[in-house]
Amino acid sequence: MAVPLSWYMLLSLAVFSIGVFGFLSRRNIIIMLMSIELMLNGVNINLIALSHYIQDLRGQILAFFVIAVAAAEAAIGLAIVIAMFRNRATAHVDEIKEMQG
Amino acid sequence: MANMELQWYHVLIPFLPLTGFIINILLGREVTRYKAHWFAVSSVFGSWLCALATLQDVLAGKIIDADLYTWIISGTFKVGVGFLIDPLTAVMLIVVTTCATLIHIYAIGYMHGDTGYYRFFAYLNLFTFCMLMLVMGNNFLQLYFGWEGVGLCSYFLIGYYFNKKSAADAGKKAFIVNRFGDFGFGIGVFMVFLTFGTLHYADVFANVNSIAGKTVDFLGFNVDLPTLIALLLFCGAVGKSAQIPLHVWLPDAMEGPTPVSALIHAATMVTAGVFLVARCNPIFNLSEIAMNTVAIIGALTMFFAATIAITQNDIKRIIAFSTCSHLGYMFLACGVGAYAAGIFHLYTHAFFKALLFLAAGSVIHAVHTNNIQFMGGLKKYMPITYAVFVIAGLSAGGFPGLSGFFSKDEIIWSAYASHSSVGKFVWILALAGAFFTPFYTFRLIFRTFFGEYRGGLAAEEAATHAHSSSHSSSHDSHSSGHDPHGHGSSSHGSGHDSHGGHGPHESPYIMTVPLMFLAIGAVAAGWVGIPPLLGGGNHFAHFLQPVVGHPEFHATHAEEWGVMILSTTIALIGLGLSAFMYLRKTDLPERISKQFSLLYKILYNKYYVDEFYNLTIVQPTLKLANKILVGFTDAKIIEGIVNGVPNLIGIFSQKLRRLQTGIAHHYAIFMAAGAVFIVALIILLS
Repeated sequence: MAVPLSWYMLLSLAVFSIGVFGFLSRRNIIIMLMSIELMLNGVNINLIALSHYIQDLRGQILAFFVIAVAAAEAAIGLAIVIAMFRNRATAHVDEIKEMQG
Repeated sequence: MANMELQWYHVLIPFLPLTGFIINILLGREVTRYKAHWFAVSSVFGSWLCALATLQDVLAGKIIDADLYTWIISGTFKVGVGFLIDPLTAVMLIVVTTCATLIHIYAIGYMHGDTGYYRFFAYLNLFTFCMLMLVMGNNFLQLYFGWEGVGLCSYFLIGYYFNKKSAADAGKKAFIVNRFGDFGFGIGVFMVFLTFGTLHYADVFANVNSIAGKTVDFLGFNVDLPTLIALLLFCGAVGKSAQIPLHVWLPDAMEGPTPVSALIHAATMVTAGVFLVARCNPIFNLSEIAMNTVAIIGALTMFFAATIAITQNDIKRIIAFSTCSHLGYMFLACGVGAYAAGIFHLYTHAFFKALLFLAAGSVIHAVHTNNIQFMGGLKKYMPITYAVFVIAGLSAGGFPGLSGFFSKDEIIWSAYASHSSVGKFVWILALAGAFFTPFYTFRLIFRTFFGEYRGGLAAEEAATHAHSSSHSSSHDSHSSGHDPHGHGSSSHGSGHDSHGGHGPHESPYIMTVPLMFLAIGAVAAGWVGIPPLLGGGNHFAHFLQPVVGHPEFHATHAEEWGVMILSTTIALIGLGLSAFMYLRKTDLPERISKQFSLLYKILYNKYYVDEFYNLTIVQPTLKLANKILVGFTDAKIIEGIVNGVPNLIGIFSQKLRRLQTGIAHHYAIFMAAGAVFIVALIILLS
């Protein structure tokens, strides 16, 4: 039995929303980065489901790009987090506001 | 008169000095330096040769009126860079190039070792170029170009010693005073264009009779059109030729190096006004009021400047007032319709006045002061300078047989015989001038070359130190009036310093040889205009007749003899009295000045014209400028805008920067809210 499209989309919505909520509500920068990953993967699910539904491979190709960008973002983000942690001994974003105008 | 095509040597006349200027101004500091005179002198000498060739063309009866290049086209307004070469231009070309060449050569010696050597020659070249463009132009705009160009060079060269405040001030004064005249001149040129629709001389003068008797509304008054144009043009001439009431700049212009005084402020530039009046004679002839104004202004300037010259003690200022006075003679002649006589005097004056200045420069070079009270007895130290000075003085004073005699006599005779309604009035002033000219010139010569040497610079410095406290108020304009060349002994090169303290010495040949050539001119230049009465042909007047016409006189030979004998006698009396007062009874001048101390003071202070202008024009203008321009316009409006705009941006930014909290969550919220907003917008609008 094939899974209907709406389920995929509901799953995608749920994953993305969890990501948004996590990003806005948590103060730990690692958790925030993980939340971004969730958002991106929610979008990926949506892209692939719809790509399969309309029989167009372009959606899946786009998903690969998103994965590549997410990998890069995670690498750089974590590097920044490590550098920051070494300097400040904290991963709490509210304590980091040097860029205040 | 046959027309002729423009030849290469006509074009070279002005452009050779321009080339010299460009070479020296671009390469002077690094390359030509103390060899700058090679380019400067050879270019001017080249244009002298070309001017001689041109004179030959004109003597052969040719007239050249050709455009070289179309400068401006705007609707019906069309102006070219073009040359008009007729007898008047030819005379001016000879005067300008001859004087310029000799003075350039003289300057090699006079400016020797000066730090601005190349700059000096570059400006002299530029001046020569502008002056030649002025006299060769075939339209009013080119005349105006040359006019402003020579004014600019005059400013550069008066302020040549720019680190000396009095020189810099004198340069500014010359420029600003000239601005008053040039303003009127500019409007005059506009009026010519409005009236005739062209600025080309030939077209304007061909139609000049069509404006006779016409009136025009000017500032609400109904005025005669030819009178208006003529007087506006004359405004420029008054400024440039240092006539009353704009004569105040010329004495101060003596702050410049002496060759500059000779070339610009005696022989050439200041005569541009006379040239202008003579060139525009068809316009002036239409208006009796304008002619009488020219004659009276000229006569008054001649008289007042001559009386001032009697009391002055600065050698160059005396000659400067003499220049004012002689320019007055020229205007007087133009004003009574004897343009040829005016130009004739311009031509002879150029030689003897350049000679007077250069000889004075030679004296200053030797004694290092400008004050004749500290000269004296120089006859035996500098025989060549003494000889040429006397020749120039005799010529200027109108001693029979010399250049100045023929031209001055021609003017006095013209004033007497003309139909002008002011002719007799200006004639009397001209006779008075004929008395004063030899008087002050020989006062200068006797004080400088006769008697005992009174110490030069050293004596003057001692005197100024002793009197500096008590006399500072009355001598303020004179104590600073010395040529800094005299003071800067380090700039004289090594050859001169060895003489310091051993009395004055004759100048080098590079300076005295040009003096000798000019002396020949001062003696013989006038021989081309010997009147028929004395067996001459008055070739000069006939030569100029096609351009300026010839005034009709109705007077007998007996009257002509009478006037000539009268003016000569008066001149000889002036000379004799001068000799009596300054050689025989040397205490007499002192006694007279004590006796008439009020008159003496007025004359010594130049009729207080400078003080009057200072009170009525300079100070109010300064106040106005300080209160309104500096205090309000500049401080409030201009600075308000300049400072206000950044201040406003600053205030706005202060508010805006609060958005940048530095807290990542705030940015996240903004992004989320923005995303929701965009999505909502898409949903609602689709």
